[in-house]
Amino acid sequence: MARTVSSQRKIVNTVLAWTIGVLIFFPILWTVLTSFKTEAEAIASPPSLLFFDWTFENYREVQVRSDYFKHFMNSVVISFGSTLLGLLIAIPAAWAMAFAPTPKTKDVLMWMLSTKMMPAVGVLVPMYLLFRNTGLLDTRIGLVMILTLINLPIIIWMLYTYFKEIPGEILEAARMDGASLAKEIVYVLTPMAVPGIASTLLLNIILAWNEAFWTLNLTASKAAPLTAFIASYSSPEGLFYAKLSAASTMAIAPILILGWFSQKQLVRGLTFGAVK
Amino acid sequence: MGSITLKNVSKVFGAHTVIPSIDLAIDNGEFVVFVGPSGCGKSTLLRLIAGLEDVSGGQIVIDGKDATDLPPAKRRLSMVFQSYALYPHMSVRSNIAFPLKMAGEDKSAIDRKVEDAARVLNLTDYLDRKPRQLSGGQRQRVAIGRAIVRQPAAFLFDEPLSNLDAALRVNMRLEISQLHQQLKTTMVYVTHDQVEAMTMADKIVVLNKGNVEQVGSPLELYRRPANLFVAGFIGSPRMNFITGEIARGYSAHTVGVRPEHIDLSTSTGAWRGTVGVAEHLGSDTFLHVAVDGVGTLTARVGGDFPVKHGDQVYLSPQEGRVQRFNEEGLAIR
Amino acid sequence: MATLHTRSAARLMMAPSVLLLLAWMVVPLAMTVYFSFLRYNLLMPGMEEWAGFDNYKYFLTDPAFFQAIFNTLAIVLGVLFITVLGGIGLALLLDQPMFGQGIVRILVIAPFLIMPTVAALVWKNMFMNPVNGLFAYLAKSVGLQPFDFLNNAPLMSIILIVAWQWLPFATLILLTALQSLDEEQKEAAQMDGAGAWSRFVYLTLPHLSRAITVVILIQTIFLLSVFAEILVTTNGGPGTQSTNLTFLVYAQALLQFDVGGASAGGIIAVILANIVAFFLMRMIGKTLEA
Repeated sequence: MARTVSSQRKIVNTVLAWTIGVLIFFPILWTVLTSFKTEAEAIASPPSLLFFDWTFENYREVQVRSDYFKHFMNSVVISFGSTLLGLLIAIPAAWAMAFAPTPKTKDVLMWMLSTKMMPAVGVLVPMYLLFRNTGLLDTRIGLVMILTLINLPIIIWMLYTYFKEIPGEILEAARMDGASLAKEIVYVLTPMAVPGIASTLLLNIILAWNEAFWTLNLTASKAAPLTAFIASYSSPEGLFYAKLSAASTMAIAPILILGWFSQKQLVRGLTFGAVK
Repeated sequence: MGSITLKNVSKVFGAHTVIPSIDLAIDNGEFVVFVGPSGCGKSTLLRLIAGLEDVSGGQIVIDGKDATDLPPAKRRLSMVFQSYALYPHMSVRSNIAFPLKMAGEDKSAIDRKVEDAARVLNLTDYLDRKPRQLSGGQRQRVAIGRAIVRQPAAFLFDEPLSNLDAALRVNMRLEISQLHQQLKTTMVYVTHDQVEAMTMADKIVVLNKGNVEQVGSPLELYRRPANLFVAGFIGSPRMNFITGEIARGYSAHTVGVRPEHIDLSTSTGAWRGTVGVAEHLGSDTFLHVAVDGVGTLTARVGGDFPVKHGDQVYLSPQEGRVQRFNEEGLAIR
Repeated sequence: MATLHTRSAARLMMAPSVLLLLAWMVVPLAMTVYFSFLRYNLLMPGMEEWAGFDNYKYFLTDPAFFQAIFNTLAIVLGVLFITVLGGIGLALLLDQPMFGQGIVRILVIAPFLIMPTVAALVWKNMFMNPVNGLFAYLAKSVGLQPFDFLNNAPLMSIILIVAWQWLPFATLILLTALQSLDEEQKEAAQMDGAGAWSRFVYLTLPHLSRAITVVILIQTIFLLSVFAEILVTTNGGPGTQSTNLTFLVYAQALLQFDVGGASAGGIIAVILANIVAFFLMRMIGKTLEA
């Protein structure tokens, strides 16, 4: 705006926005705070906001009693594994579609995106049976495979849009300079595409970490990632709010931080570029 | 070393034929310019020579060897792109060194050649900068440096000056011409600007809709255009074309005479007309004259000639400077 | 751009993705279709027999099915209503000049980054629990009876939880679209005498319409298959009051081990999703043209 906004209006906006923001964020804040309370404090009435005896015992107990670390590692392995595998398969495909397009390229891309829209429930039965009969049930590798498949369309799509932003002439220059296809990809394309690849990596780790269908149905105890582990808290076993809060805080912290840095990528990836 | 021959080369994109068939011979050491309006196929032709596009038919022979199926890397050509196409993540030094690195040369040889190229192009102070820190003209020189360093059989330029402002363009034109004198390597240069073509070329290839209209030296094209298209394309301002009775008087369907070949007088002459717009450049004045029974003709006079809008003048074409064209638009000699 | 060399290389480079996705699309789906025509229960293996369309008949005439369809639509429409309207409002607010906009954005985005199981449990235990929850405390402190959300209004509770999670998504998308509205257009409208409301109705809303459509379509795709939140809070209950189609199929497959029935249900879910996907793909297709 060319005219300066009155600072009075700015203050009103600020108060309104911050109030709503805090309200929306409150459940998360509450969870984090509760994680530092004793169980008794956690269900105390009236509930205390900041002034209570802060303690770390919940964090300790969660790890000791339920081997939290193992589930955390499962989440890490599954998220990173499926993302890296996905990138490996997707980068060549995205290259091909961005730099050597054919009249059919657009259709193929659309078809790939459409595979993401198939409801998981439609193939729950065969996948469960398949996993059971091949011994993939409750294994990390099984989950990596299936998460790679469901996220592959988004990875390809995001890489495609980033690759398209690289001027084709620069790759042609590399060709004229004597680079073979492999060298062209390694020395010129990849360095220029690093920001795009990083964004895609970020977004996909978030999606894989939070996936809550296959991770719930295809795991039991060995390969269960954090999503399933937290779900096991749904049947109450006595007073446990504080421990639940501790487990939850640890489960969501990495992604919260990651996600705060990836807002632009989230928009691009999840709207399939329909909104810029 | 540096001769390129095109035999019956054609290019089709889907249902659209961009180049029907072209035969062309480029000799070693020549500065050849492909010129023509937008969409005439000149860039496509250059890219076919470079190997960035496949020919749909015909042969491309480089230095006596059939290069039609060779990938760009193996043709020993260098290309300077319109947008310079520098590698943004590499320094100027690495940009220029890249082709040598791809060729597998050893570090000391690379360093030496890069320094040499940088010296020739006045880039020595910028070797460690990144492209985004350079001006347009400097980037242009880096692109040229990258092309030189490979010592190719021929240089290919794809409208390299289009992205520069007018003053810079004039300077770079001179620099490229000087480079050609120095290196004596074949250069194939694409532009839509006929001034660049005229000033830089040994040989000009005028293209229109994928066809070669004429091949010749600049002066040849200027003095003896083969058809209406070339006559109207070369020379600025454009040649005047007259049909009808006056043309019949010269035994032709259309006659053409360049603005600079028309004599003006306020008292007597072949054609009478009224001055419309007068464009004063200081050294010259271009008059747009509405001639009775013919239409508007453009004539050039010295900057001091005293005419203004509405004046009556007489135009006379200079002897021997009238070009004659038949019904098909071909020149009658 | 492409030559023979690059084109054949390109085909090779696309092959793994295309083949994998093709297999992923065709094989399991074909198996589901096959199973849907069998009478197959995991508790009685080896007794499968051809059942024709029986599974479909049972599934489609099961009162639980109608409840599930209704619940599915209720969840989708309920969440859409809250998130689209809330999203527009929040986006408009965040587009205003203020202090600390970056931090407010972070606060507003957070729910979307929480895994569904955590979100659901936090709401279930800490807010909605009629004994220990915060809502119960608030009610008691003003003298009201605490409301047992999950037992008495299971569907509404689920809608609330899911809407909380998706509001950031809608807000982010709409805010991005809002910020791409040309500043000069707004100024031209002011010159033309348009007040704030007119500017909103005639400039902002039309500009946002595309983003709103995208939000609706994409959210619908994901909302049709809400699962974790239901599993972890109400387990579809009480009875089937909060069971949606996804949960119904899950229950039939992994709780009742009725492979045949669950497969039929799965196919129906696929058909439903395809209808939505059709419109979404058209929308995306138009983007690719641009």
